Amino acid sequence: MNCQHFTDFIIDWLDGELPADQAEVFAAHIEMCPPCEQYLDQYRTTVELTKDCAPAEDVPSEVPEALIRAILAARPEIDEPDGGAS
Amino acid sequence: MTPEDGTRELPSETTLLRNLKAGESAAFEVMVRTNTPRLLAVARRYLPKEADAQDAVQDAFLSAFRGIAGFTGASKLSTWLHRIVVNASLMKLRTRRRKPEVAIDDLLPRFEDDASAHHVDIIAAWRETAPDELTRDENRAMVREAIERLPDSYREVLTLRDIEQIDTTEVAEMLGVSKGVVKTRLHRARQALRALLDPHFKEEGP
Repeated sequence: MNCQHFTDFIIDWLDGELPADQAEVFAAHIEMCPPCEQYLDQYRTTVELTKDCAPAEDVPSEVPEALIRAILAARPEIDEPDGGAS
Repeated sequence: MTPEDGTRELPSETTLLRNLKAGESAAFEVMVRTNTPRLLAVARRYLPKEADAQDAVQDAFLSAFRGIAGFTGASKLSTWLHRIVVNASLMKLRTRRRKPEVAIDDLLPRFEDDASAHHVDIIAAWRETAPDELTRDENRAMVREAIERLPDSYREVLTLRDIEQIDTTEVAEMLGVSKGVVKTRLHRARQALRALLDPHFKEEGP
C-alpha cells in the first residue's frame, strides 16, 4: 500500500468498512509512514471539529417576530371546527 | 393546567398533533413559535445569508402545513420538521446565485508520481485544537467559515453527514445520487476542509 492508496482508504477504514486483509495492510502503513499517520490524525480532527462547529447553543433565543407572523400568515386556509379565534 | 407563575404549559406532542390535524390556529402558532429558532439555526448552516435562511424556514413550514394531514407521528414532530427544513434549505441553495468557491482539486493531497506515491506536501503537526472554551468558540467560527468556502455539492454532503449526522443511504436519497457518490464527495470535502484548516492549526516553526 502506498500513501495515495492509504489516503483513499481512510473513509472506509474509519467507517469500519475496510475488509480485514486491507485493514491489516492499512494499519501496517500507519506504523511505517509518519506523514500518513499525521494526515490520518488531522483528517479525524477535521471530522471532530466539523461535528462540534454547530453546537446546540447556536440556536437563537429569539427570532424576528416578523418571520413568525409571515409564516403564520402563509398558512393555507383550513376549516377550523370552532370557527377560528379571530 | 396553568402553573402559578402564569406561563402557559406547552401541550403534549399527542395533543398538539391532534389539534394541528384539526386545523386549530393556536396549535399552528405553538408549532411555529417553538420550532422556528432551532429550524433557523439548521437553515443557517446551509445558507449563510440570513434572508435565504429565513426564506427556507418559511418554505419549510409551508410544506409542513400542507403535509401535516399525512404526518403519521411515526417520528417526533421536531424530527419531521428538521428533515423538511434541510430539504427546503437544499432547494434554496440550488436556486440562489453561486458565489466564488475554492476549487476542490487544489485542496486535495498531492502524491509523488512514482510507485511510492508519497505525499508531495509536508504534513506539519497541528497544535492542540481545543485547549479552552474561548479557543473552541474561535475554532467553531473558523471551521464554519472554511465550510462555507467549499463548493456547494461538497458542502451540502459534509453538512448532512458530519453535522446533521444523517446516514449515507438517506443523504443519497435526499440528493438523488448514489451512496458511492455521497462517500466520494464526503471524503473529498473532509480532505479539502483539512487543507483549509491546516494554516490555522499548524504548529509554529522553531
